[in-house]
Amino acid sequence: MAQVDRQHWDVVVVGAGGAGLRAAIEARERGARTAVICKSLFGKAHTVMAEGGIAASMGNVNEGDNWQVHFRDTMRGGKFLNQWRMAELHAKEAPDRVWELETWGALFDRTPDGRISQRNFGGHEYPRLAHVGDRTGLELIRTLQQKIVQLQQQDFKEFGDYEARLKVFQECTVTRVLKDGEKVSGTFCYERESGRFFVLEAPAVVLATGGIGKSFKTTSNSWEYTGDGHALALLAGAPLLNMEFVQFHPTGMVWPPSVKGILVTESVRGDGGVLRNSDGKRFMFDYVPDVFKEKYAETEAEADRWYDDPDHNRRPPELLPRDEVARAINAEVKAGRGSPHGGVFLDVSTRMPAEKIKRRLPSMYHQFKELADVDITAEPMEVGPTCHYVMGGVAVDSDTAATVGVPGLYAAGEVAGGMHGSNRLGGNSLSDLLVFGRRAGLHAAEHAARATVRPAVDDGQIDAAAAEALAPFHAEDGAENPYTLHQELQQTMNDLVGIIRREGEMQQALGKLRALRVRAARAGVEGHRQFNPGWHLALDLRNMLLVSECVAKAALERTESRGGHTREDCPAMERDWRPVNLVCHPVDPAPADPAADRIRLVRQRTEPIRPDLLALFEKEELVKYLAEEELYE
Amino acid sequence: MTTYDARFRIWRGDADGGELRDFTVEVHDGEVVLDIVHRLQATQAADLAVRWNCKAGKCGSCSAEINGRPRLMCMTRMSTFSREETITVTPLRAFPVVRDLVTDVSFNYAKAREVPAFVPPQGLAPGEYRMQQVDVDRSQEFRKCIECFLCQDTCHVVRDHEENKAAFAGPRFLMRVAELDMHPLDAAEAEGLDRKRTAQEDHGLGYCNITKCCTEVCPEGIKITDNALIPLKERAVDRKYDPLVWLGSKISRRRD
Repeated sequence: MAQVDRQHWDVVVVGAGGAGLRAAIEARERGARTAVICKSLFGKAHTVMAEGGIAASMGNVNEGDNWQVHFRDTMRGGKFLNQWRMAELHAKEAPDRVWELETWGALFDRTPDGRISQRNFGGHEYPRLAHVGDRTGLELIRTLQQKIVQLQQQDFKEFGDYEARLKVFQECTVTRVLKDGEKVSGTFCYERESGRFFVLEAPAVVLATGGIGKSFKTTSNSWEYTGDGHALALLAGAPLLNMEFVQFHPTGMVWPPSVKGILVTESVRGDGGVLRNSDGKRFMFDYVPDVFKEKYAETEAEADRWYDDPDHNRRPPELLPRDEVARAINAEVKAGRGSPHGGVFLDVSTRMPAEKIKRRLPSMYHQFKELADVDITAEPMEVGPTCHYVMGGVAVDSDTAATVGVPGLYAAGEVAGGMHGSNRLGGNSLSDLLVFGRRAGLHAAEHAARATVRPAVDDGQIDAAAAEALAPFHAEDGAENPYTLHQELQQTMNDLVGIIRREGEMQQALGKLRALRVRAARAGVEGHRQFNPGWHLALDLRNMLLVSECVAKAALERTESRGGHTREDCPAMERDWRPVNLVCHPVDPAPADPAADRIRLVRQRTEPIRPDLLALFEKEELVKYLAEEELYE
Repeated sequence: MTTYDARFRIWRGDADGGELRDFTVEVHDGEVVLDIVHRLQATQAADLAVRWNCKAGKCGSCSAEINGRPRLMCMTRMSTFSREETITVTPLRAFPVVRDLVTDVSFNYAKAREVPAFVPPQGLAPGEYRMQQVDVDRSQEFRKCIECFLCQDTCHVVRDHEENKAAFAGPRFLMRVAELDMHPLDAAEAEGLDRKRTAQEDHGLGYCNITKCCTEVCPEGIKITDNALIPLKERAVDRKYDPLVWLGSKISRRRD
């Protein structure tokens, strides 16, 4: 049997981004001894890259805002596929979660009367995003990190040990969630620095691992985004929801090649940036879909007036939800009206004086100046779509963040599905992290407190997990290079299951994924276990391949276009598809043949939207979204 | 697109020792040093250890010394070097090596824990905080810090003086004390915590002799010395005489 260090905790949180840290704070404050485990250093999680802000209807800038308006915007952005109870809780609780950050030391930008300032963003009816310049994610992560340190300081005073009740295992990776029968019993982990294995035994585990972008070639996501939590859930028996919905952010950098995909914040458009094609035309006016016709300006003059007088003018179409803008840019480039490096032009230089741009968008100024030799205060940027976010994720209970069918397993943040429906609005991610991170931590702590008999960790599972993790060191002759496999996977997903999808290409993708699975079973690495990035990647490949299979299968199944899922061969949004969730279940038991499918797809009817929430919309609007039979219910 | 072969010299080894190894590697237009390290991993040295994350200058993970200068690898463009130059990449010198370009930065996390946290004001409920932008500007500047620890690496108080590490928090965490001290609503003083005094007595502010090395390497352009450390020294001066404050007020040209 493998000799591994075993520790006991009440709650284990996997991931130390916004959702993970917020969950850990809540669990610890509810009395649970809590361990956080994360792949990077503490404070470096992908959340630091969030730029624009946290959406919360505090109404500091426009008093007309309230949770109902935020709820409506979120449902419209997600094309009504959102798990409505999550959207409701999110809209109601987001302001409290933001204000709470101030009591932990966060310093947001201010309104003239000293309150938290709020900025405009795509799909949000009112200025709603609490922000700090364009580095809001950094402020969020640092505030949560410092709150955790404060709790550790309390423990140091009380017990003489900073880590008595809350410990961060940094630069460690979880490869398996362990179970005792149906129930969660802990996690199998390795330390990246030493390669040493260890087990955290706990009755409750919160997955907060973020997204899957590293399966695509052009992405704004960091190396961590390998779909770990999605895969851990599936491997533990918990299904995933609506994995076909992947958000391509409309504005990523396109040049130079080494920075292709790096995010250009939506705040550029929120603060007045306009999109133009190579003819100099503001093309977004040609791309306002019917469902949004009444809410967006029809002329440049009206759009320009909106910045100063939003009550009497309609919003510029640059501020449509992200899926609409990304598709429009894609279409312009395809029609031969793109910029020299295959994007379009985004220009904020004519809207504001240079000094104001540097103050409101400091990291964008810095990023373009340093990495592309472009001065955004004087010239336009070149931008194009980049894989940014996955709306699909682990199926969860709206109120408790509990996964389906695996007692003790919770999921929050990007790894959880449902909240954003088919498309997420900008700013709704940071608020999602806080609202559902807190809920996951709360319910995980309660679950742990109820577990009077601790689930037992099975030695056989530990041995199997250790053998699985060591396999890349024992690859036979003809071992595959994990970097090569990763590059081929990214190319496949980018080209065949990307922003615009076609049936034949997705079938081709499934074939390629099958072949990659077979080759990945032979992935081999050189060197030893100490901080070996080739080995780490070989282990992450399992997760990326599993998640990619989910995305491709679900995308092939959904024969319509909605939000972050666009089918060239099925271009319309079909009302009949509105009440349909596509759920990915693991094939049980897992097949030994690497070529065999790992998941099976099940159609599931969505829960009917509560009548008082439906009543927040005009009938004429609902008719555009809801299926025929839903209208009679 | 133009492509050429660059010469790299990269330190490889672990806590027991190591050496500089030579590599010849392809470079394309617009690339940064981190791209080249990644290409080496993918083609010549799969187990080359490097820490990185966002590759956009926002997370502060990929700190190293490039030709002896502490820098972020993701923000160092290859075009800043001539094609003939051999580019040397070594791990941060002030911290113990774990492997290759990865160092043990736990010193910084230990120091972070020694700075008492923000103290919320009594009697103000969440949502009732009111602060003017002009009053939060300065602390916001310090909160731009991405914790790359380049300032901690370059600061000569600890760079070659391991023995000073116990008593000295380093520029990053002295700046954290300044940030909290300048926070308009921090209620530390009401709780009997004098941050200025602790800067001097607990965090080793007196060791800093304002040579501004930290400011020079800060990838966020934070004026650590002028805006955080010198004002902190001035605020601490009532409590304790520090000859460098007098000197600093003579030689630094700072805006108020």
